[in-house]
Amino acid sequence: MPMKKKENIKEDYNLKPSDFNTSRRPTWCTGCGNYAIWNAMKKAFTRLLLHPHQILVVYGIGCSGNGVNFLRSYSFHSLHGRTLPVATGAKIANHKMTVLAVSGDGDGMGIGGNHFMHSCRRNINITNIVHDNHVYGLTTGQTSPTSDLGFKSKSTPSGVLETPVNPISLALAAGATFVARGFSGDIIQLGEIIRKAIKHKGFSFIDVLQPCVTFNKIDSYDYYREKVYSIDTIKAYDRTDLGNAFQKSLEEEKLPTGIFYQVQKPVYEDGLRQIDRKPLVDHIISDIDMNKLFNRYY
Amino acid sequence: MKVSNITWKIGGEAGYGILTSGNIFSRTFSRKGYSVIDNIEYPSLIRGGHNTFTARINSGEIFSINKDVNILVALNPETIKLHQDEVIYGGYIIYDGPKYEQKEVNNTRKDINYISIPMQKITKEMGISEVMVNNIALGATVALLNYDLETMKTTVKHVFKKKGPIVINNNIRALEAGFRYVRERSRAKAYELEIVKPLARLLVTGNDAVFLAAVRAGCKFYSAYPMTPSSSILHSFASVENEFNIVTKHAEDEIAVINMAIGASFAGVRAMVATSGGGFSLMTESLGSAAMTETPLVIVLSQRPAPATGLPTWTEQGDMLFAVHASHGEFLRIVIAPGDPEECFYLTGKAFHLAEKYQIPVIILLDKYLSESHFSCEKFEFKKIKVSRENLIKKDKKIDDDYMRYKVTEDGISPRAVIGLEKGVSIVNSDEHDENGFSEEDPHNRRLMTDKRFRKVNTLLDEIPPPKRYGPSDAEVTIWSWGSCKGPILEAMNILNQNEKKVNLIHFTFLYPFEQDLVEKYIDESRKSVVVENNKTSQLSKLINMNTGYRIKNKILKYSGRQFLPKEIINGIEKIE
Repeated sequence: MPMKKKENIKEDYNLKPSDFNTSRRPTWCTGCGNYAIWNAMKKAFTRLLLHPHQILVVYGIGCSGNGVNFLRSYSFHSLHGRTLPVATGAKIANHKMTVLAVSGDGDGMGIGGNHFMHSCRRNINITNIVHDNHVYGLTTGQTSPTSDLGFKSKSTPSGVLETPVNPISLALAAGATFVARGFSGDIIQLGEIIRKAIKHKGFSFIDVLQPCVTFNKIDSYDYYREKVYSIDTIKAYDRTDLGNAFQKSLEEEKLPTGIFYQVQKPVYEDGLRQIDRKPLVDHIISDIDMNKLFNRYY
Repeated sequence: MKVSNITWKIGGEAGYGILTSGNIFSRTFSRKGYSVIDNIEYPSLIRGGHNTFTARINSGEIFSINKDVNILVALNPETIKLHQDEVIYGGYIIYDGPKYEQKEVNNTRKDINYISIPMQKITKEMGISEVMVNNIALGATVALLNYDLETMKTTVKHVFKKKGPIVINNNIRALEAGFRYVRERSRAKAYELEIVKPLARLLVTGNDAVFLAAVRAGCKFYSAYPMTPSSSILHSFASVENEFNIVTKHAEDEIAVINMAIGASFAGVRAMVATSGGGFSLMTESLGSAAMTETPLVIVLSQRPAPATGLPTWTEQGDMLFAVHASHGEFLRIVIAPGDPEECFYLTGKAFHLAEKYQIPVIILLDKYLSESHFSCEKFEFKKIKVSRENLIKKDKKIDDDYMRYKVTEDGISPRAVIGLEKGVSIVNSDEHDENGFSEEDPHNRRLMTDKRFRKVNTLLDEIPPPKRYGPSDAEVTIWSWGSCKGPILEAMNILNQNEKKVNLIHFTFLYPFEQDLVEKYIDESRKSVVVENNKTSQLSKLINMNTGYRIKNKILKYSGRQFLPKEIINGIEKIE
């Protein structure tokens, strides 16, 4: 969302992606897809003219969660699987903030699965970015809900017995109004998707395919480059057609990237009369009169 | 005979308006200036089963119900079977003779009066719903008390306001029918209830009192998952959500509930959640998140018999040590256990103040008995709950240039700003972190931060009210207790002290942090000690032992899913060597 220039900023503030760097250097492995996602986010914020203090990012636990130390904004490093409820509570408290919930595939699709389903149907105006590398990296290489069938890992040496979660199909089925897939090997496309996701009024979901160079040797850059193709190359793709999007989400031979589905529906916060006039945090609570309420208890 | 105290009990199947008629009874007499305490007992189902409502009214001050019933209304034969023995000498049972099979009603006691009213038949003759038998019984009760019906009619109009004039009228006609039936047939006067000066008093449950205090304290975000006996707090918030601008969120599970509240609180809004033991179990990991991130939070835990699903609609005090120790790791929290609705109100106000000032979680322990029983109280002085948010920075100009969200300070409390301010950009981290919030694994930092978070207790202790002593300081027997046992104990003490047995009570409303010095002083001043609580393992004696080394050997414990009756406490005290 473009912002009004504040009066107390005396000079023209030329926002650059490096304005979103903190004093800490990222600790991710060389070649990790997290770098690309990090850069794409900074690019998107810059293009939207969003300043660090206008943004809240809620992180989960995992390698992607460590990103809390590297991106400058209001940040909350939550418990594993709990980014969405924390982001929801904060957004309700101050709906003027731009709020993102960022996690890995385990955090988002496994332990956080229930919150994910309900956030999609809630259509609260936040952006959910899932770093999807099909493995648990930070805990050194166990399987994840999005790992392929048969994936051999520390916790599944005989191969995974379950078929993977399909985050795109799930998001569509649960009612998300903006559903997209990105690839960390295409930062330009990813930056654009993130920018549009933030601009979208409603719950925006982006599943970002990325390799884990240390623990997932199967789903590598090369593997993905063979398979991904942009939805933009499809003539007359109707982004508002749910059935169509669902079909696309089931493709396995080739993996479509880009925005699968985007519609405008009432946003959760718009149904809250309590924040009609001003954000919840701005309500005055210093001397609330209780007499009328007490009268109901005689 | 002239009486100043009456206990009225109604029993029957669910679906017969027992709760509503009980509500009408309590409210009527509370408005007429009587002290009222009521108690609802119901099983975990929606129709059928056995439900009772008991109300004790008195022209003076009372602290609890006792078992003696003056008037029992039996809407089914089961009620007579189960509760006949509670009726005192000379008492009354109102029942529907023609409806119940004669063999189901054994009029065994010669010392009480059985009044048969053809309630079902009357409703048919009047062309009103059979549910209104409870109103007929109410009217009959008022006649037995030789009281006037007018106030009860007004209460009925008030309670059924939303149902329209026809329903109200039918209810009143049923009241009058019951009243007339008894008046026309009884020759001797039953009870003559002493007239008292009407007083403007509140009739509230513990849940109501907590809710009212939270509204006054400026809670603007309330999230919950329905769980007996905390659910009425959710309904209360939902009923005023627009009038008082409080976002009330029924979330998908208790983990979402507590994390949404943490998110809202972190952003700068006062937030509260309420649940019972099972829901609190789900919340425990997140309790630690609130503590580590130093996010203020108020959590209401209304206890019921456990473990697991337990007895959803009954009462127990089994979660105290759980609340004191919940979550992995070590951190400061406050655990409060109010003993009556007044304490529910004022201590909830205090809970919000302490949570925000010290940036820690505060747990308020209730139980089904306190949460759902009604008590008449003097109107709460809500201005006593002062809301000052001086610890919270809401403007950029108030943020220092060296602002660090987790700055190490002398009292351990760091500056905290609402989110969105230009100069306040910061990281809030469930990892161990440095003063700026960056994840930090350095050993020196770990010790520094742990000490900082715990150091808050030094200033906190000055703000925590100590356990209160009730009764003579030179008593032979000292009762140690906490939470809602207060009422039955005070009632028992009145009787014991009248009979020259000197008993006092040390009542804990704050269980953690523990007031070691004062408790040790009380220990020195006590002779024989006995712990009274509603659980099996005597958690208060364990808490006292853990903190002082003092072992209390005598225990009066009740864990049948019901709260104490004064008689049980008296019997227990008399058994102590």
